[in-house]
Amino acid sequence: MSHDNPVTITPYTDGPLIVRGDFEILSSTGEPLPRNRKTVALCRCGVSAIKPYCDGTHKLVKFKANDDE
Amino acid sequence: MSNTPNTIHALNTIDLLPLTARGPLSSYIVGLVGQHPNEDTDLSPLRELVETAVAGNSSLTHDDDVQVSLFVLYGLHYGSLGGLGAEWEWNPELIAARGKLERAFEAELRALIPVPETPEPTRAAVAQALAVLTAVESGPSLSRFVAKKATPEQLQEFLIQRSIYTLREADPHSWAIPRLSGRPKAALVEIQADEYGDGRPERMHAEIFARTMRAMGLDSSYGHYIDVVPAITLASLNMMSMFGLNRRLRGAIVGHLAAFEMTSAIPNQMYGNGFRRHGHGESVTDYFDEHVEADAVHEQIAAHDLAGSLAEDEPALVADIMFGASACLTVDGWAGDHMLTSWTNEQSSLRSKDTL
Repeated sequence: MSHDNPVTITPYTDGPLIVRGDFEILSSTGEPLPRNRKTVALCRCGVSAIKPYCDGTHKLVKFKANDDE
Repeated sequence: MSNTPNTIHALNTIDLLPLTARGPLSSYIVGLVGQHPNEDTDLSPLRELVETAVAGNSSLTHDDDVQVSLFVLYGLHYGSLGGLGAEWEWNPELIAARGKLERAFEAELRALIPVPETPEPTRAAVAQALAVLTAVESGPSLSRFVAKKATPEQLQEFLIQRSIYTLREADPHSWAIPRLSGRPKAALVEIQADEYGDGRPERMHAEIFARTMRAMGLDSSYGHYIDVVPAITLASLNMMSMFGLNRRLRGAIVGHLAAFEMTSAIPNQMYGNGFRRHGHGESVTDYFDEHVEADAVHEQIAAHDLAGSLAEDEPALVADIMFGASACLTVDGWAGDHMLTSWTNEQSSLRSKDTL
């Protein structure tokens, strides 16, 4: 492990991608997006109303993605 | 005998306590912690008062006297009694009384709360079992009512009911931090750091909630509304305090947090909609909007990294992880049902409006 705080992106089963570390999220036009927390969850089901962040609605659409299988 | 709780009221600080007793046991305890301990302070009535309060009582969760008593005893540790009572925190007789009340309260909860099948002690199996448990819809939902129907007065009541825990949001689960180690500890700290604003006091969730209360014309000082909330509202917080402060129940506090986070993001969106429906802006809805985004992160960490890792590290705790999760859903379900039933009958969910 380096001490540089590398960015990690972890898929969570049937849920979002959790991103940790020192990073910036940009809009499609290159503007930095507001980031309210250190660890963020990125939508990967497509239905979040606060994209790129997850809002938990993957559960309502029964999104399935098991990356361990 | 001049220092007994019964005779010292006129001279002590009891009037500064933010609550009123609701029966013989809570009267005694409130009287006690409102004065300074003294060698002559006679605590001999306490044991019998506790015995009487719990003997044959199968409704401790809804017992005002017992829940106020527990609230005060935990308040000594939190410092949530208007700053009073610090010198009583480790009084052996009060600790013994709390232990006796806790054993009865826990026994009742274990008897009443449905416990799901114990999954295999792996991250994946425990996270999956928690997902199944928290996906179950139990009857009419408080969040739907708040979103679609709640009146301005009911929205205020909702905040008042929630304030008992939320003005101390995250604190009960923080007791678990030193009681865990390794991966589950790191996961809990990751969640709690966000709860506490990650170095920005104004982003502490309890502080965001306090701003919401003030924007809705309510008093956000801790304890202002204790006297008007029913026993079940206090029981919800007392249960968390019990799970957090007892190391043997560390599985239950972890399960509780997981279930709490896993049933938060979507309801908070609906709560926010309820306030927006009445024209309230960001100063009121910030709290709910923050929780949509935050708890969508926390629920993943809580299910997999906290509960799942704890299950792998300490397989013996899996049953209690599931018990704590179910306890969260069940007891908060009772508190929510109380609000929903009161409001659908066009009644207040509060005990009395005198102190509002």
